[in-house]
Amino acid sequence: MEKAPAIELKNISKSFGNKYANKNVNLTVNRGEILSILGENGSGKTTLMNMIAGIYFPDEGQIFVDGKEVVIRSPKDAFQYKIGMIHQHFKLVDVFSATENIVLGLKEKGKFNLKTAAGRVKEISDKYGFDIDPLKKIHEMSVSEKQTVEIIKVLYRGADILILDEPTAVLTPQETQKLFAVLRKMRDDNKAIIIITHKLHEVLSLSDKVAVLRKGEYIGTVETAKTNESELTEMMVGKKISLNIDRSEPKDCEERLVIKDLSCIDREGVKILDDVSFTAYSGEILGIAGIAGSGQRELLESIAGLQKVDKGEIEYNDPKTGKKENLRDKTPMQIRELGVRLSFVPEDRLGMGLVGNMDIIDNMMLRSYRKGKSMFLERKAPKDLAEKIINDLEVVTPNAKTPVRRLSGGNIQKVLVGREIAAAPTVLMAAYPVRGLDIGASYTIYNLLNKQKEKGVAVIFVGEDLDVLIELCDRILVIGSGSVTGVVDARTVTKEEIGLLMTKNKNAHEGGTQN
Amino acid sequence: MLTFLISAIRLGMAFLFGSTGETITEKSGHLNLGIPGVMCVGASCGCFMEYIYLSHAKTNANAFLAILLPVLATLLGGALMGLIFSFLTVTLRANQNVTGLALTTFGVGLSDYMIAETGAIYSKGSRYFTLSLPFADNLGWFGKLFFSHGILIYLAIVIALVTSYVLSKTRVGLNLRAVGENPATADAAGINVSRYRYASTCIGCAIAGLGGLSFVMDYLNGNWEYCIDAIGWLAIALVIFTVWKPNVAIFGSIVFGALYIASSYITGVSFAGKEIFKMLPYVVTIVVLIFTSIRNKKENQPPQSLGLAYFREER
Repeated sequence: MEKAPAIELKNISKSFGNKYANKNVNLTVNRGEILSILGENGSGKTTLMNMIAGIYFPDEGQIFVDGKEVVIRSPKDAFQYKIGMIHQHFKLVDVFSATENIVLGLKEKGKFNLKTAAGRVKEISDKYGFDIDPLKKIHEMSVSEKQTVEIIKVLYRGADILILDEPTAVLTPQETQKLFAVLRKMRDDNKAIIIITHKLHEVLSLSDKVAVLRKGEYIGTVETAKTNESELTEMMVGKKISLNIDRSEPKDCEERLVIKDLSCIDREGVKILDDVSFTAYSGEILGIAGIAGSGQRELLESIAGLQKVDKGEIEYNDPKTGKKENLRDKTPMQIRELGVRLSFVPEDRLGMGLVGNMDIIDNMMLRSYRKGKSMFLERKAPKDLAEKIINDLEVVTPNAKTPVRRLSGGNIQKVLVGREIAAAPTVLMAAYPVRGLDIGASYTIYNLLNKQKEKGVAVIFVGEDLDVLIELCDRILVIGSGSVTGVVDARTVTKEEIGLLMTKNKNAHEGGTQN
Repeated sequence: MLTFLISAIRLGMAFLFGSTGETITEKSGHLNLGIPGVMCVGASCGCFMEYIYLSHAKTNANAFLAILLPVLATLLGGALMGLIFSFLTVTLRANQNVTGLALTTFGVGLSDYMIAETGAIYSKGSRYFTLSLPFADNLGWFGKLFFSHGILIYLAIVIALVTSYVLSKTRVGLNLRAVGENPATADAAGINVSRYRYASTCIGCAIAGLGGLSFVMDYLNGNWEYCIDAIGWLAIALVIFTVWKPNVAIFGSIVFGALYIASSYITGVSFAGKEIFKMLPYVVTIVVLIFTSIRNKKENQPPQSLGLAYFREER
């Protein structure tokens, strides 16, 4: 079959303020083809796609659909050209049902009827092999179900050019495979598919072509079959970087945190944590794997004193005094003083830890404002710290006085993790510290964690990329529906074994712990 | 007892106009605290039009026109307030709370001026508004309770029912709710967020304005001697009390009306005691808030982005 170009971009540029997000980007996607867009954080992948989807409007350049030049001023225009985008942060109304979300904003002829719409939703989901209840409310759904709703939404509108922004960031390996199967089916249906991702093995296994962006500039497009991981990385970063994590053997291990029979109940009376017991040693990285929302967040928050614990003990062995302390009786402030640090990166990055409207310096001061001697704020030290983090972790920002919310996701995470590490903790808990980060930034963070481990810190790492967990951690604790389903040695375990443990013991309230 | 209920209904419908209007506005994500001001302006515009018409028509005033003209003036005045609110919050992205409170201050000031300038001289006009259905007297207490009211009272119920239907059963309603819940989602779905917010706020304010007119004409019988902003605050409380459902608000408004005037119908209550009674609707609202918050049912929460401005290209 002759492949016709579905969408072409010519010399597209877009800037925010005086900073270029995209500069002279050229791109072609053919029908019946899957194109991956690869790039470092803040390299303008999402911005570029948003211009095709009508969210942003390009400053310069032309967009062609099926060979004809078009102007896309709003998402509505994009639908007209049969372009549909599935955003990284789902654009769904929580209190609406799947069908209501899908028909939202449509101007169909005839009387508004939810029943016939639900019927059509079922039709589409059967055609491509989705599994969805059209009348289920979004807030009762799991992440992968929500994603399915998003995909059906664009298909319902007749889209045949699909853009997916980091679709696998929140899925389990099994769910990812399912999604890829669906995407391949769509490709064979002669649709054009663009997928933004930073996971190299996904790029290689799924796409036909890869386009690479670096700092807003277009580097080139290569055929997936003719490339490999290190070549792609080099294109992305502009220099060769090593993709190995140096995992040292844990040494001088002593019991740092001993958790016994920890249980938590949430506001609706559902058990989020059910008799969780484990030990975290100093000088090792303990990984925590599990489907999103299985209680990882609550577990870390209980240790940090932010979550009410109903039952169980959290014992902390203080390396300075050698005394045993029970963290359950302590306030979050006292727990912090002991050196237990939580660098929590929640689903929305600004939700916890950083204040979006404040600049980097002020965000540093959130942790140190009590240290000043006079009644006025001491700004020198936090300013130095902010600058050190910007330099060491290569945070892309105009300067230290930029409000944090203006930074791209990955850079926000660097600021957060950098600040917590700067406090020289004895226990460092990091939840999804590399979510949405590109390879370069991710490896910076992994190395930071490794350095902490070598310093004798007990590191607890909640991750979602099983490949990374296996490479980085010493032991992996798997939780399913709030209870521990296994503790495995990361050096010998396989991805499939962890995947099985994750879904084990999956009972009654599936998806009930979301949000 | 009968007069108590009739008064409760008449007062309640003024609340109902206000709360229906505010519900429409809030469903778009606009928290309009200017409702008390909007109701004052609505009443002022309507009364002023009535005053002009009656002094112009002298003795041969037409009952139909005597109702229609003030209603139109009220709708226009209310919509204009809505337009100011939307222009400030959508186009200029001003803070909604501040804008709303400014409108309230403005509206109260305007109506105070109207009262001082023209005085309580609307009783003549009020007679047209309180014209009851012809067969009301033949049906005893039943007729008095249900058919003795003026046209605005029935209009309030019709508007509340229509609003309720539009919100839950039509495409426009679905889109509007989406705008209030999650404007970014609505925008990505191809809905014009700004247009929906402008339209719902103007329509909502126009309807709320009728509440002011209804209060002066139906409840006060034209004896407008004091400011009516308290009615507006109660209308906002009513929105919360009825968890953003205009059809529930029909009963809720009568309950509010009854609570508000109960003191006057119970003998032996001191002047200070009356004020305590007038406070009851707010107490009930707080209790309802406590219950909806404890039960934490997603469907009974305020629109998720209530009070938040939306700008598409914000990062």
